[in-house]
Amino acid sequence: MDLLEYQGKQLFARHGLPVSDGKAVTTVEDAVAAANEVGYPVVVKAQVLIGGRGKAGGVKLAADEAEAREHATNILGMDIHGHTVRTLWIEHASDIATEYYASVLLDRSAKQPLVMFSIEGGVDIEEVAENTPEKLIRHHVDALDGLSREEAVQIATDGKADADVIEGVADALVALYEVWLDEDATLAEINPLIVTPEREVKALDSKVSLDDNALYRHPENQELADKENEDPIERRAKEQGVQYVKLDGDIGILGNGAGLVMSTLDVVAQAGGQPANFLDAGGGSDAAKIKQAVELILANDAVKAVLFNIFGGITRCDEVAKGLIAAFDEIKPTVPFVVRLDGTNDVAGRQLLQEAALPNVHAARTMNEAAEKVVALAGGQR
Amino acid sequence: MSVLVDKNTRLAVAGITGREGSFHTLNNKRYGTNVVGGVTPGKGGQDVEGIPVFNSWAEAAESAQPNTAMIFVPPRFAADSILEAAAAGVELVIAITEGIPAHDELRVYNTLKRDYPGTRLIGPNCPGILSPGKANVGIIPASFFKEGNVGVVSRSGTLTYQIGNEIAQAGFGCSSIVGIGGDPVPGSSFVDVIELFEADEQTELIVLSGEIGGSAEEEAADYIAKDVSKPVVAYIAGFTAPAGKQMGHAGAIVSGSAGTAAAKAQALEARGVRVGRTPTEVAEIAVTQLR
Repeated sequence: MDLLEYQGKQLFARHGLPVSDGKAVTTVEDAVAAANEVGYPVVVKAQVLIGGRGKAGGVKLAADEAEAREHATNILGMDIHGHTVRTLWIEHASDIATEYYASVLLDRSAKQPLVMFSIEGGVDIEEVAENTPEKLIRHHVDALDGLSREEAVQIATDGKADADVIEGVADALVALYEVWLDEDATLAEINPLIVTPEREVKALDSKVSLDDNALYRHPENQELADKENEDPIERRAKEQGVQYVKLDGDIGILGNGAGLVMSTLDVVAQAGGQPANFLDAGGGSDAAKIKQAVELILANDAVKAVLFNIFGGITRCDEVAKGLIAAFDEIKPTVPFVVRLDGTNDVAGRQLLQEAALPNVHAARTMNEAAEKVVALAGGQR
Repeated sequence: MSVLVDKNTRLAVAGITGREGSFHTLNNKRYGTNVVGGVTPGKGGQDVEGIPVFNSWAEAAESAQPNTAMIFVPPRFAADSILEAAAAGVELVIAITEGIPAHDELRVYNTLKRDYPGTRLIGPNCPGILSPGKANVGIIPASFFKEGNVGVVSRSGTLTYQIGNEIAQAGFGCSSIVGIGGDPVPGSSFVDVIELFEADEQTELIVLSGEIGGSAEEEAADYIAKDVSKPVVAYIAGFTAPAGKQMGHAGAIVSGSAGTAAAKAQALEARGVRVGRTPTEVAEIAVTQLR
């Protein structure tokens, strides 16, 4: 789960990492009140889970109430790369002497936490990594020992932080590591980590991803999801415990097992089609769950045809067939379905479908045949 | 021969008294796997259709001498159960449990490495290991596989069944099918399992089934080029999956341009591994090489 900037900053503050005072608001009036409260100049910042806010005009400086009102009015409701701005973060503008970069993440390859630090902050850090890799310090931490203060000082020193803020940077790194560890984050990033003219080190932005699997031990973080900007079908799927990701195409996909569903998307794309979604019905789905999944797929108006690709292991093909029949009974879909059933109880499943003779449901024996059929039914190659 | 599980396997199961745990344990037993016990705290002294249940891994180890552990307990208890089995001296731990927090996996991986180097972990979030005709530990439906000379290692369950079934329909079988799981910090990597297949006499060809994310496939490609004499056929899922939905910039730095399906396929092909574009094509290439 990715957090909005202000939510990440709340976690930072909880662990003693300095951030500016500010307020999250959802209306122009509240934005103006917040600006008056934190004191001018203020920064009005769009809260969206996508990069490039600044360039898109989603971050503005306001010197007085009139400007705060103007910026809040313009930014609220703005579309930033497909994300609608519904929340603003109003914070007191910071004076900036220097911009650094800091992050802690789970390095899957080394199977250790990785701390990164650079004095080239405020820019696209990938460019720093690409063009001047010597300016990006990468330090693996022993997962069992954690990050010591001595290590943090060493990282700041190796990264050539200004001598008078080595301690401040080390404090920030230790606090950031604590955020990463204690909040079960997979990523905790600050860009920029600023040094003020008064030589205070402080997080001006935040990017935090929390591990969904660990939310059970962080009840206070469970409400942080950006519900308003979530796709409504994805949200419904989450509530039903189904893995669903909306895509841009017009062919609805249902399969069992993440790998097989990913593979199904690929095979459909190779046949010239465009998948409308990823949907993993999971292992051992019964008829009721399959019916729900069909409802989810058809809730997307773009869907012109649906492909069921099931290789039954724990999942039984006869249950899948029953679920599809129940779904047709209730929802009466108007789009064609292609169904490929293989694996556990496949003969029984195929027979159930044949006997039900559902309108516009086509059987396919192999994955490739199924993909070709569904692409043709959705209107052919594009 | 085969790898990891066979007729010498002595299996004990954490979570044997749960619904899923008992179902799959009994399934494994019917297949011929030697199941010597189960572990459920507080239920020691009971039995599951004749399989004795112990309160702890230490008790199970003492009374039943398992050499293989299967973990079926809920995510919040799984990390401790894995480490407890390792502490009791069990050499192979196969964790089926899905949804273990990434930080727990990191702690387990590094604790095993530091304190219990004699224990190998497969999974978590994996379908287990099947050595056709010998033993089945986990949830892989054995009926789709025959005994033979193809070693399969995969991050995904159902995709493995798909590929294995196509190989079986072409008349070939498998030495072992090893699911290493799709989690961020798996206990064993492609490299670990390919090393075993390379050393296994029965295995003549290796099928690697990977997917997007991380760099395990790229690492496998380097290893294959250097240390593997047997032919390897690969499949990568996720060419059309949306990129970077959850990862921030810092993650993208670590993997660089790697981590995408295209980069993985390219890395493998550059080192002489044939990559099938569909599961069917993987089976076809494998069968052509075997004939």
